[in-house]
Amino acid sequence: MNKVHNNKAWFLILPMLLLVAFSAIIPLMTVVNYSVQDVFDSNTRFFTGTEWFETMLNNPTLQAALLRQFAFSFTILAIQVPLGIGIALLMPKRGWQASAVLILITLPLLIPWNVVGSIWQIFTRGDIGLMGVSLRELGYNYNITRSPVDAWFTIILMDVWHWTPLIALLCYSGLRSIPEAYYQAARIDRASKWAVFRYIQLPKLTNVLVIGILLRFMHSFMIYAEPFVLTGGGPGSSTTFLSQSLTTMAIGQQDLGPSAAFSLIYFLIILLVCWVFYTAIMNMQKDDQRGGV
Amino acid sequence: MTSSITNAQNGVVETTAVPAQVGNETREATAAETPLKRAQPMRRGRSKGRSRFLLATYLIFLLLPIYWLLNMSFQTNSEILGSFSLWPQEFTTANYMRIFTDSSWYMGYVNSMSYVLMNMLISISVALPAAYAFSRFRFIGDKHLFFWLLTNLMAPPAVFLLPYFQLYYSVGLFDTHIAVALAHCLFNIPLAIWILEGFMSSVPKEVDETAYIDGYSFPAFFVKIFIPMIRSGIGVTLFFLFMFSWVELLLARTLTATNAQPIGMIMTRTSTASGIDWGTLAAAGVLTILPGIVVVYFVRNHIAKGFALGRT
Repeated sequence: MNKVHNNKAWFLILPMLLLVAFSAIIPLMTVVNYSVQDVFDSNTRFFTGTEWFETMLNNPTLQAALLRQFAFSFTILAIQVPLGIGIALLMPKRGWQASAVLILITLPLLIPWNVVGSIWQIFTRGDIGLMGVSLRELGYNYNITRSPVDAWFTIILMDVWHWTPLIALLCYSGLRSIPEAYYQAARIDRASKWAVFRYIQLPKLTNVLVIGILLRFMHSFMIYAEPFVLTGGGPGSSTTFLSQSLTTMAIGQQDLGPSAAFSLIYFLIILLVCWVFYTAIMNMQKDDQRGGV
Repeated sequence: MTSSITNAQNGVVETTAVPAQVGNETREATAAETPLKRAQPMRRGRSKGRSRFLLATYLIFLLLPIYWLLNMSFQTNSEILGSFSLWPQEFTTANYMRIFTDSSWYMGYVNSMSYVLMNMLISISVALPAAYAFSRFRFIGDKHLFFWLLTNLMAPPAVFLLPYFQLYYSVGLFDTHIAVALAHCLFNIPLAIWILEGFMSSVPKEVDETAYIDGYSFPAFFVKIFIPMIRSGIGVTLFFLFMFSWVELLLARTLTATNAQPIGMIMTRTSTASGIDWGTLAAAGVLTILPGIVVVYFVRNHIAKGFALGRT
């Protein structure tokens, strides 16, 4: 669309800008302020420069949490994206079944995150949980409070349960926008199912998939409530992700300077990935316009 | 994709020599598909059965944990801990009654609902004009501003925990509903603008121009013509706003103490020194799922299109 150049549009933006600035810029400046100072009390503080940043980057606990975080985010992406596409392809297209399946699939997305943790805690406990008891009956000594492998498996299963619906729904709406004529043309061509998927459905899905991967990446990178309720970050610190390390440091130990520096590093990592994705989306749209698809 | 389609369409044109009109092509294609269907009824039926089976398996995986929660919410604690049963043996609603009769319990739901509704109202009312500006005009710094907005969507709530606490405490908003509603604006306003911008851009600009020629002022055009046109987009946006505000706990928990405590925080009360009150925890969990079901029921017809956020 050809947009008109008009700086008066700023007036339409202004109310939003004031609100977001209040809840984003002021707090962020507070964080920046803390990150370069050593605060003893409200009157005594020293300028420390980049000292906190260096400490944080060299902190082995945080390095480990960061590695776990990346491992977690990429694992769930690798499972959820193909699974989500698969489910979207299986979903019925019309009739009451379509509505029913849509409502059921949306359900996990609307459950508060700590309740998701509780649900899975109840579901996987060895004494009262359906999954926990069944696995034990089958002879596997399943225990998420003892075995890191079980804890990881459960957290990934929980995240797949919780968020695959988002990818599935995004893909479903992408698939719905393909005109029927495309499929008819493919049938005349006697195109195989794979060819239909590869050359008709997948290209239509790229846009929504980029949105889905972007949303999933950033939410998984901020994950807090679910593992906190389910495993409390344990056993040991095997499922302690970045958010939890940060809140422990900021609220629990009141280390303002280091935790502020850590916050900024954390934010910058997400920002970097976000920028890569944003550029990718923009380039894709440019290609679309040029290609005229 | 394009090449395959073009080939297919060429194929129709060559073999049947129908003039290249869309209507004819479609009719021809439908006719051509019938023999194919007849040729492989067995394979088609079997693959449909298989896909039904796979979908059913996934739905069972989806519903099993929720069923287990529901199951527990109707059991007494002694039954939960004493015997393992797939359905409640002694059906009881005592867990629900405890929540409905104790004001410290049900006020949690009232608190959560009130800050969610406030947030939806604030977010949508400032996001509508802003999204319109982004979808229709170019202005100084528009791209940077949009990118900055998206970065807020990616800010981990944990980063803002401490500054939020201090900020809202110093302005005297700590432990009020509006504090949580404002804090959730951090990610909900950018999200709303992002979604609405997609829907608005799919409305042709000629609509605006025609309205102005007809003598509408901008506010009149916006309220009377434009907003009704993107109704479904607004519905989907409200759905997402509800979703992300309803499920967030970290900020809501930090900014409240007693008067505006969200239900998620109150649920932690079920774990006491004498053990966890599983029945009440399960009942409270079930009750947090219900508002979601109501909301999704309202937008069920728009979800299919709406999840693409106007961007397919």
